[in-house]
Amino acid sequence: MSLGKTEVEYISRLAQIEVREEEVDGVAAKLSNILDLFTQMEAADTRGVEPMSHPLDAVQRFRADVVTEVDQHEKLQAIAPSVTQAHYLVPQVIE
Amino acid sequence: MHNLTIKQMNEKLHSGEITSVQLTQHYLDRISQYDGDLNAFVTVTPELAISMAEAADQKIAAGDAELLTGIPIAHKDIFCTDGVKTSCGSKMLDNFIAPYDAHVVTLLNKIGMPILGKTNMDEFAMGSSSESSYYGPTKNPWDHKAVPGGSSGGSAAVIAAGLAPLATGTDTGGSVRQPASFCGITGIKPTYGAVSRFGIIAYASSFDQAGPLTRSAEDSAWMLNAMAGFDERDSTSLEREKTDYTAELGQSLKGLRIGVPAEYFGEGLDPEVEAAIRTAITEVGNLGGEVVEVHLPNKDLAVPAYYVLAPAEASANLSRYDGVRFGYRCDQPQDLEDLYKRSRSEGFGEEVKRRIMVGAYALSAGYYDAYYVKAQQLRRMVRDDFTKAFESCDVIMGPVAPTSAFNIGEKSDDQVSMYLNDLYTIPVNLAGLPALSVPAGFANNRPVGLHIVGPYFSEAKLLNIGHQFQQITDWHKQMPAQYQ
Repeated sequence: MSLGKTEVEYISRLAQIEVREEEVDGVAAKLSNILDLFTQMEAADTRGVEPMSHPLDAVQRFRADVVTEVDQHEKLQAIAPSVTQAHYLVPQVIE
Repeated sequence: MHNLTIKQMNEKLHSGEITSVQLTQHYLDRISQYDGDLNAFVTVTPELAISMAEAADQKIAAGDAELLTGIPIAHKDIFCTDGVKTSCGSKMLDNFIAPYDAHVVTLLNKIGMPILGKTNMDEFAMGSSSESSYYGPTKNPWDHKAVPGGSSGGSAAVIAAGLAPLATGTDTGGSVRQPASFCGITGIKPTYGAVSRFGIIAYASSFDQAGPLTRSAEDSAWMLNAMAGFDERDSTSLEREKTDYTAELGQSLKGLRIGVPAEYFGEGLDPEVEAAIRTAITEVGNLGGEVVEVHLPNKDLAVPAYYVLAPAEASANLSRYDGVRFGYRCDQPQDLEDLYKRSRSEGFGEEVKRRIMVGAYALSAGYYDAYYVKAQQLRRMVRDDFTKAFESCDVIMGPVAPTSAFNIGEKSDDQVSMYLNDLYTIPVNLAGLPALSVPAGFANNRPVGLHIVGPYFSEAKLLNIGHQFQQITDWHKQMPAQYQ
């Protein structure tokens, strides 16, 4: 399976990873190699096999809906790139 | 001092022959002497280590000690350590000082195990060679031209070189067992859910499982006792009674049925690896076991299925790295999308970006059924193969990897060839089974590990088999000449 420029641009948007113009061919080739590996799965007859998402077929545990976290925003925000008044700062979104 | 077993260290600590401070300083000295070249540590924490060792000595003096109290440890840099940089081998987290401890770290800190530092690894645990680290490749102590395996390559290398007596690792597709094999040490991946994932930086959550890297199977059993157990902060942690993983050490192997899958000895297996593994299986058999042939017919489907599922999970797990709350942020973002995209493109390395993109694609509209659902179906088929095999055997033995350690740079341009190197370890992660790697000789002058896979919750049995094997062999006691 061979990916083209359009598909690489689509994947780049899905993954929120920038692929520069000069990188497109290389990325397409490497991703195509990996997708070729996936085509080996086609040969397997999986009719009637239930998809498995947990090795022991366990389900997610529930807990009581009570507060378990203490407020430690100062500690957690100390490692943030940009913070003001306990809010994370990002480039302006709305004009 | 670095040739002692954990039990011997414990005895010396308790008899007063050595203190934890002396033991810890011994390892710190070895790290300064050797790690410049080996590059097995991302961060060394001498002050923290000594202060923890002093506290451990007080615990021992007060009679409040456990078996591992005072014994230093190195943590893979994927385990969050409060106040200590936790990079996961990535530029993305080069500035990340973890604000809390992983559950495993909390447990081991409570026992009083001084932290020597954080070990190098493939970026975000995605790799089989430790070459994809932002901090450069770790070398294999047995041969500096060779990789130590991955992704827990730093942890494996520090054990092999005697720079720490114990180290933590994680195994998503073989990342404890394959580096253990390549570095001639012992490593176990427990049953999925046995060790808490809380505070371990996530790669593929339905596979990720932490385990010990040690010199001997006995040491691994003691360390697993300290690491494992239910944790309510991990939603897939298994609610089971506390297991004593040392309970079976010393039991006879009489009557053990050793399953050997015909499919594991086919094309691509290095003849010297095969010879070492066949000899090791015969030796275990001579301890009273019986070798039976078993079949794992879907083994070849495991690698493609894994490389759909693990990247799919990774694409979701790694979406949190957006340059907003922590980690790398690009300079002068023009707008929000530019902030996301450039922070991620500049902060992640090539292999991580590749897996995120593959995962996003596999989950995208139009491909979800063909890739993701199909891979989940294959996952069940691979698991069912093991279930069926365990009807006629107690454990399965074979190679951990088709070759001994390859050279640094040898596979770094060919991802698919690197992926296929994990063909023996990946099926075990798909099924969530426990598996052990123990040193079993050399191929092309580099170590080879024997892979012992068991049914769910059979860790104590696997560790005893490894222990019995280590009573009649000395592969695990051998050290590379320059590090003795």
